[in-house]
Amino acid sequence: MKHLLSTRDLSTEDIVSLLAMADHMAEINSRAVPKVPALRGRTVASVFFEDSTRTRLSFETAATRLSAEVMTFIASSSSVNKGESLRDTIETLSAMGVDAFVVRHKSSGAPQQITQWTDAAVINAGDGWHQHPTQALLDAYTITRNFKELNSMQGRTVAIVGDIKHSRVARSDIDVFTRLGAHVVLVAPTAFLPSSLDGWGVTTADSLDDVIGAVDVVYMLRIQRERMDAAQMPSLREYSSLFALTPERAARMQGHALLLHPGPINRGVEMIVDPSLVPGSRILQQVTNGISIRMAVLFSLLGGDATTTLQNGVEA
Amino acid sequence: MNSSNKSVVIRGATVVNPDAVFVADVRIANGVIEAVGDSLTGDIVLDAAGCYVSSGFIDLHTHLREPGKEEAETIESGSRAAVLGGFTAVVAMPNTDPAQDNVATVQFVRERGRAVGLCEVIPSGCITIGRLGSQLVPFEQLAEEGVTLFTDDGTGVQDALVMQRALMAAKRLNLTISQHCEVASMTVGAVMHDGACCSTMGVPGWPSAAEEEMVRRDIQLVRMTGAREHFMHLSTKGSVELVRAAKAEGLPVTAEVTPHHISLTDELLSGFDPIFKVNPPLRTMADITALHEGLADGTIDAIATDHAPHAGHTKEQTLDTAPPGMLGLETALGVVITAVTLSPQKIAAVMSWNPAVIASISDHQGRPIAVGEPAHIAVWDTTTVWSVSRDELASRSTNTPYHGMELRGRVRHTIYNGQLVVQEGKALA
Repeated sequence: MKHLLSTRDLSTEDIVSLLAMADHMAEINSRAVPKVPALRGRTVASVFFEDSTRTRLSFETAATRLSAEVMTFIASSSSVNKGESLRDTIETLSAMGVDAFVVRHKSSGAPQQITQWTDAAVINAGDGWHQHPTQALLDAYTITRNFKELNSMQGRTVAIVGDIKHSRVARSDIDVFTRLGAHVVLVAPTAFLPSSLDGWGVTTADSLDDVIGAVDVVYMLRIQRERMDAAQMPSLREYSSLFALTPERAARMQGHALLLHPGPINRGVEMIVDPSLVPGSRILQQVTNGISIRMAVLFSLLGGDATTTLQNGVEA
Repeated sequence: MNSSNKSVVIRGATVVNPDAVFVADVRIANGVIEAVGDSLTGDIVLDAAGCYVSSGFIDLHTHLREPGKEEAETIESGSRAAVLGGFTAVVAMPNTDPAQDNVATVQFVRERGRAVGLCEVIPSGCITIGRLGSQLVPFEQLAEEGVTLFTDDGTGVQDALVMQRALMAAKRLNLTISQHCEVASMTVGAVMHDGACCSTMGVPGWPSAAEEEMVRRDIQLVRMTGAREHFMHLSTKGSVELVRAAKAEGLPVTAEVTPHHISLTDELLSGFDPIFKVNPPLRTMADITALHEGLADGTIDAIATDHAPHAGHTKEQTLDTAPPGMLGLETALGVVITAVTLSPQKIAAVMSWNPAVIASISDHQGRPIAVGEPAHIAVWDTTTVWSVSRDELASRSTNTPYHGMELRGRVRHTIYNGQLVVQEGKALA
C-alpha cells in the first residue's frame, strides 16, 4: 500500500492488522516518554487546505511520537491565497523533500489527484464529503476494543445518525463497520441521505426513537448549521425533535451501548444531552485512540524500508 | 490554398446520398462537384477505395472560445480541428467573452471564420443578453445578420415566460431556439450524474430530472407557440422519451446527442479525474442504451460534439472546481462508429444532412454528392483503427476523454468550398 486515500484501499485483513498495530502504539503512548525512533529521518507534511485542529494535531502528534520530522502547511496562511494551484503547491513542497503528505481538502478526490504530482505517500485526512479513512479506523478501534472483540464487529448494530449525504465520516465508517461484520442503520431525514445506497449494505430509519433502544453503538454526526439554511430541512427545531440525542433518548440506550461522535460537537443541535453524563460515551477515548491509529498508518506507509523497524522502536 | 485552381478526383469511394449508395469517382473543380462517374481524371487524385464520400459533417455545437478564451482555442485552431473531423461547417456557441448577443460580436466571429477559410463558421446568437436569462437579445437585428440559431448554451433559460417570449419571436422571424436543458436550482454545485457512483464519491449530483423537467416545460411552450425548438446534448432516458412523444404529437422539435454521451458512463469519474467532467454529465448504461435507440428510431436527429476546449491548467483543479467540457471535433466520427452500429446513410444523416436543416444551411451544406452541388465533402472510412493521442490533436487544448483509447473509423479527406483542406488525415493549412 503506497497511499491511504480511502477505506476502500484497505483489505479487511489490512484493517485488522492496522487495528492490531494500534495496540502496540497505544502501549507506546502509555509510557512515561511516549516516543520511539521508528520514523527517524522521515518527513511528514501535514497539508491542510481546510480548517481542522484536532485531526491535524492528532497526525502531527502521531508523527512526532514516531520521531518523524513534521512540516505544517495551512492554506489560510499560505500562497494558496495568492492563487497558487494545488499542483504547484504539492510540487513545491515535494521539492523540499517530503515522505508523506497528510492532506485535508474541502474537495472530494483532492488527495487522489495529488498522487499524480508527487512520489511521496499521500494520506487522506478528510476530503469533501468523500472519505476520512483514519477516522473510520479509530472508530472501529474504539468500538472493537470496548467490546473486546478484537477483529470483528460481527453481530453488532451501529446507528449512524445525522447528515449522511454530506459526511466523509459516514462514508468511511459504513465501509469499515460493514466489512468488519456490523449491521449499520442510517438514521436521517431523506434530504440527508445520498440519492443511491446501492451496494452500501445498510438499512435506514427515519427517527432516532425507532432504533435507539436496540443498537450497540450510537454514532452521532456533526450537523452543520449552514446545511440547515440550504432548505434541506424545514427547521433545526424539527431536525432536533426527530434526530438529536436528548437526555431522554440517551436514557433509552442499552446498558452496554456506546456513544461516539467525530467532533467537534454541536451542543444544542445534534447533542442536546451533555455527553459527559452519558455512561456509554467514548468520545474522548476516540481522540486518544486517534493518535495510536495514525501512528499505525504512518508506520505502515513509511516504515516498510526504514532502517529502524517498529520492533526496534518498541525496544528503544 | 494550394489546390485552388486544380481539380480534385476522389477515386473509388462509395457515394453516400439520401436516395442511393453507389461506388463512383467524384471530380471537384471550381468549387463545385463537376462530375460523378467512372474512371474520372484530374490534377489531384485521392485514392479512396473502401471509403465513403458524403457531404461534409456539420457540427451544431462547437465552442471555439474566440473571442475571450484564446488560450483554450481560437477560430483558427478550432476550424482546423473541425476539418480534421470531417466537418465543413460548425455552429459557434455564443458563450464567448463578449457573448454573441450583439451584431458586432456575431460579425466578428463570422468574418474571422471566413478569414481562416478552413470551414464555414456559423455564429449562433444568445437568447438573452449576457446569457443572464432575463432580457431577450435583439432577434430582428441578429436575424438580419443571418443568425438563425439562438441559445444560451452553458445554461438553460430558467424563466418560463422569458422562454415563451423567445419562442414567440422565433416563430415570427422563422428562427430556431436551441436549449441547454438544466433546471439550475436542482444542479447547484453539481459535478456528475446523481446516481450510485456520485453517492459513493461524495460529490454534488446532477439529477436526470433537472434536464427532463426543462425538456418537459419547453415541449409545452412549443405546443403553445408553434415555434421550432432544438434540444441540445440530451443525456437521459427520460429526455428521449419526452422528445419521442413530442414528435409523435407533431411538434416542431429536434434533438442532438454528443459522442461522449453515447459512449461513456459516470463510472469513469470514480478516479476524480476532471477530464471526464462535462455538462450535462456522463450518465449510465441505461441512458446510453436509450440514446442509441433514439438515434435508431429518429427521435434524435443529430450528433453534435459540444467541443469544449479548456486550457490544461484548468483541468488540473479538483473535480468540483474544474470547468466542465471535453474536446469532440477530431474524435466524433470514430467515437460514433465505435460506440453505435449505424449504416453509412444514417451516419451522414445525423452528422450532415439533418444538422444542415436544423442550422438552416441546407441550401449549400449537407447536399447530395451530385453534379453542380457545392463541394463541401468528407471522405471517411469505418474500418481504420487508430489510437487517440491528446498530443496529436489540432485543438489548442488537450482535454479529450479518449486519450489512449482505440477508435474505429476515421476521416481521410475533407474538401471545403472546393478546396482540399485535409488529405490523408493531415490538415493542409
